[in-house]
Amino acid sequence: MSDRELTTVAGPSMPLPERSATTLVSVSSYGSGLFNGFFEWFGSLAVFFWQVLKAAVTPPYEWRELVRQLDEIGSMSLPLVALAGAAVGAVLSMETRSSMTRFGAKSLLPTAVVYAVIQEMGPIITGLVVSGRVGAGIGAELASMKVTEQIDAIEASAINPYRLLAATRILACILMLPLLTIAADAGGLLMGWLAQTLAEPISLRQFIDSGFNGATLSDFLPPTFKTAVFGLIIGLIACFQGMRTRGGAAGVGRAATSSVVLASLFVILADVVLVKIILVVFH
Amino acid sequence: MATTYDTPMKEAEPEQDSGAPVVAVENLRKSFGSQRVLNGISLSVNRGETLAVLGRSGTGKSVLLRLIIGLEQPDSGSIRIHGHEIAGLNLDGMGEIRKKMGFLFQQAALYDSLTVEENVAFPLEHHRKEMPRSERNDRVRQLLAEVGLEKGLGKMPSDISGGMQKRVGLARALALEPEILLLDEPTAGLDPISSGEIDDLILKLQREHQMASIVVTHDLHSAKTIANRLAILNQGNVVIEGSFEDLQQSEIGFVMEFLKLS
Repeated sequence: MSDRELTTVAGPSMPLPERSATTLVSVSSYGSGLFNGFFEWFGSLAVFFWQVLKAAVTPPYEWRELVRQLDEIGSMSLPLVALAGAAVGAVLSMETRSSMTRFGAKSLLPTAVVYAVIQEMGPIITGLVVSGRVGAGIGAELASMKVTEQIDAIEASAINPYRLLAATRILACILMLPLLTIAADAGGLLMGWLAQTLAEPISLRQFIDSGFNGATLSDFLPPTFKTAVFGLIIGLIACFQGMRTRGGAAGVGRAATSSVVLASLFVILADVVLVKIILVVFH
Repeated sequence: MATTYDTPMKEAEPEQDSGAPVVAVENLRKSFGSQRVLNGISLSVNRGETLAVLGRSGTGKSVLLRLIIGLEQPDSGSIRIHGHEIAGLNLDGMGEIRKKMGFLFQQAALYDSLTVEENVAFPLEHHRKEMPRSERNDRVRQLLAEVGLEKGLGKMPSDISGGMQKRVGLARALALEPEILLLDEPTAGLDPISSGEIDDLILKLQREHQMASIVVTHDLHSAKTIANRLAILNQGNVVIEGSFEDLQQSEIGFVMEFLKLS
């Protein structure tokens, strides 16, 4: 019987072989370490957020850096986000068409595409694409500045790095995500229409009129503006992971990777919560 | 970033003690985890004076500078600037103190997304906002000329040599006309000729600006050239402090060995 089987079947009254007991102890301490690390990470993130918040609301304001970040995060992500939205719109249109035709609801295709793109696909695709592009960029940039003491140099120059580096990037993410979502939605609708019209000609005007028929602003504004929360998550996590980096080039790589992974994960989790809140509040 | 940003700011002391040293540390202790780096050291520097801090690697020399400028917080002890206690100050309080300090990092720590000129202009853009652009540009060029750089001002830090990076770092440290200059290994990694040039430059700046300077270095020759006083650290303690002649006459085993091997 292997150690692994022993640890599985052994009850409290059965004496464990020494090696199995050691394994259990190390698994237990590993679990405890992971648990502590998890809460330590959240605690540090909360403290970091508080520092950034305080820095963001008190003068002097770093307008120039904010504008630079709006350009970096917004304009530079625009083509990628619009393209991703367009691809999703085309796929959605083709897939939905097949299902709708089967159930005899082909006339509802524009509505299905419009609602799917604007309410969910546009926002989540924007969140994930920006998590990848901007999260990695911010994480790597700040991590590189950290390990080369550039952040210390900023602080030694009597400039608050939370205000200059973190607040500007996070605010730019918050402001830009809803705008990028609109671009993703536009790309998605355009390609959704194109895919539809290639199969069965319909004018763009007809597609849009039919898709938005009976819709209200509350159907579309909350899903678009929920991405501001995604922006907060992406900016906050990327800045946090970047500014706490240690360990040279390897640390920079780890910061970039963890920024993308954690930002994407928390964007998806936040989406679940936000969708529920929107459904409860606006419907 | 160890400044305590959210602790309440200590009451600023109303008047500057003109008789006090510009920088005075007393019984300063600092540990990282279980490793004690500084074990209760006391040092002081007056205006126009240069103190060189020497010692083996890992004896806390750079940590001492980081404590003085507030990038780390001491476990205990006192750091006084012009007689004002700064240990535990919040960001606002520390910000005002830092404007009086210039810091040259060991690797220069130039902002790699900015040109040489922009690096030096950076502190001025943030703290001399009222300064017209033309005047600021003139000031930047003057600072760079002061450290012997008159060409290649539009180059990126990655495109210039280590010696030039140190010069740019020095010009940036001088931008706000500091009263205190902290230099972390100013000649580390440089060839003997560049080291000599940096030493001459530090001496010249000292003569012209009369700052209180603390220079952390491994380079005994450099320390002898630029410093009025030298202090040798070992295992977190000041083993000896005095002129180079005092060090030469010392019979402390560690000091004798350090001088012999340097």
